[in-house]
Amino acid sequence: MIRFENVSKVYARGARPALDDVSVDVERGEFVFLVGASGSGKSTFLRLVLREERPTGGRVYVAGRDLTRLSPWRVPGLRRGIGMVFQDFRLLPNKTVYENVAFALQVIGRPRHHIRTTVPEVLEWVGLDGKEKRRPHELSGGEQQRVAIARAFVNRPKILLADEPTGNLDPTTSQGIMRLLDRINRTGTTVVMATHDDEIVNEMRRRVVELSTGRIVRDEVEAAYGRREEILPQVGPVAVLDAPGRGVPARRISVRPEPGDVAAERAAEQAAARGVDPPPVEVDEDSREMSGAMASRAEEA
Amino acid sequence: MRLQFILGEVFRGLRRNATMVVSVVLVTFVSLTFVGAAALLQMQIDKLQGDWYDLVEVSVFLCPEGSTASTCAGGEATEEQISTVERTISTELDDVVSTVYFESKEDAFEAFSAQYPDGYQGTQLTEEDMQASFRLQLADPEQYQVVDEVLSGRDGVEVVEDQRAIFEPLFLALNRSSLVAVGLAVVMLVAAALLIITTIRLSAVSRQRETGIMRLVGASTLFVQLPFMLEGALAALLGAVLAVIGLWAAVQYLVIDWLAESVDWVEHVTTADVLTIAPLLLGLAVAVAAVSSAVTLHRYTRV
Ligand SMILES: Nc1ncnc2c1ncn2[C@@H]1O[C@H](COP(=O)(O)OP(=O)(O)OP(=O)(O)O)[C@@H](O)[C@H]1O
Ligand SMILES: [Mg+2]
Repeated sequence: MIRFENVSKVYARGARPALDDVSVDVERGEFVFLVGASGSGKSTFLRLVLREERPTGGRVYVAGRDLTRLSPWRVPGLRRGIGMVFQDFRLLPNKTVYENVAFALQVIGRPRHHIRTTVPEVLEWVGLDGKEKRRPHELSGGEQQRVAIARAFVNRPKILLADEPTGNLDPTTSQGIMRLLDRINRTGTTVVMATHDDEIVNEMRRRVVELSTGRIVRDEVEAAYGRREEILPQVGPVAVLDAPGRGVPARRISVRPEPGDVAAERAAEQAAARGVDPPPVEVDEDSREMSGAMASRAEEA
Repeated sequence: MRLQFILGEVFRGLRRNATMVVSVVLVTFVSLTFVGAAALLQMQIDKLQGDWYDLVEVSVFLCPEGSTASTCAGGEATEEQISTVERTISTELDDVVSTVYFESKEDAFEAFSAQYPDGYQGTQLTEEDMQASFRLQLADPEQYQVVDEVLSGRDGVEVVEDQRAIFEPLFLALNRSSLVAVGLAVVMLVAAALLIITTIRLSAVSRQRETGIMRLVGASTLFVQLPFMLEGALAALLGAVLAVIGLWAAVQYLVIDWLAESVDWVEHVTTADVLTIAPLLLGLAVAVAAVSSAVTLHRYTRV
């Protein structure tokens, strides 16, 4: 589904490459953790998949398309097949939960009746039933991230990219988000998630690709996060914001989940238990094209 | 659905940048008023020229007695010289001259007496003081030079005079003032373009979150940019509409109701002329807005 062939990315001439000769192949339906210290190139990797950046060298294939040769007017089509969530949620503050999710469909020209049925479905599916009219500032962090995930997933992308989606959340809430991503993955969506969160990686036991200063230093299936001190920079016994040094207690112990997150998680679980289906896949030009490309690649293989 | 959504975005943007939008409207209003005024002035000049040039003639004055011109060395123009000139006009200037009229001394005196029955400034003139001439109506008044070249310097011809020359200073003044209006209009249009660029940029920056998400979820470039383009175009169009209304009012109240009352011997521009140039002004507004958006959006909302 995603294939990097000897990809390098140098942002500024003379700077150290953000990615250095990276080759990796993510199969359709896989769940991959991208780990590594700050500045190791995780976000750069995801931006290349979205074609927000172009590689300096090598080739990036997404759903069989060579992004280095993709013409600019085809980029929107590519992005309709990819969902993306961020650490900072990136919701529109003056739109309600419903409007935030609907926005993603409106701007790609989906018909109104389609939006009216799909958005409530996906909101129920992520556990936000009944919170449609709230604005982002009236939600907890976990709930906001659920809105962001709903927005990324509402068009039923083949690929979901997540850049430290739990970075701003406490452990329990993070677990809820992870269960949601796992459910998304089980619908057949390929998930690539960049994270620093060792507990989550260790718990999930999925494929782990570790980057270090732009190079792949590890690529294991059903792996653990790895030794924390190997991945995080050596900063000594001082607590630095997002890079705790050795021997410093992990930041997360004292944080407690907010009631809203717990409720959302319960609602989502219940919806899943009731057998609420994820919103239907909209068969349109792009996705058909993408599946076609996938099929032909599968035949080649 | 898409249209409704885009229009919603447009009006939200207009409201958010209200002060900038108002200044765009005003600047385009003023600049297009200048453009329109220049166009109307040009139309007025054309009308005057059309009217007056039909009336004026080229006069070929024949040598009178005692003229000091070198072609008049032989004294008063002879019958032979006159018929040579007449022949030249009918052969060499056939396609330039539409009508020829010979004004003899008698004719001239008659016309003079009709105009000044009591003598000119106290002097009683006689037929002998008059000068014979050919009066030529030209098919195209601009062809005066040709007539001048052919007839000047011939024996018996004292001077070739273009009556249009009388009006030249007036038209020169009018043409210059319309040039000034055009110059001011260009400066104001540049200001309008810069202001539209700033407005769109401001609007784009204040909506970076939205456009960022739009691009992320795969909205087409046109879809992302259209609201901004429409915003600029709408403000500029509003300015153009105001300019048309302003010009219409100016023509109606200043020209038709006032100037035409006092100066009724020439043809004036009408409100119909304003409507003729209205599409030009609206088109210009859209063009300026389009160029400005193209310049800005290219940099601010790239996919
Ligand atoms: N837009 C940019 N312009 C220039 N340099 C950049 C840009 N984005 C990233 N970099 C550089 O590229 C390298 C990799 O950055 P990247 O954001 O991919 O790291 P990361 O693994 O996501 O880090 P973090 O865990 O802190 O998010 C860093 O050295 C960074 O300074
Ligand atoms: Mg990052």
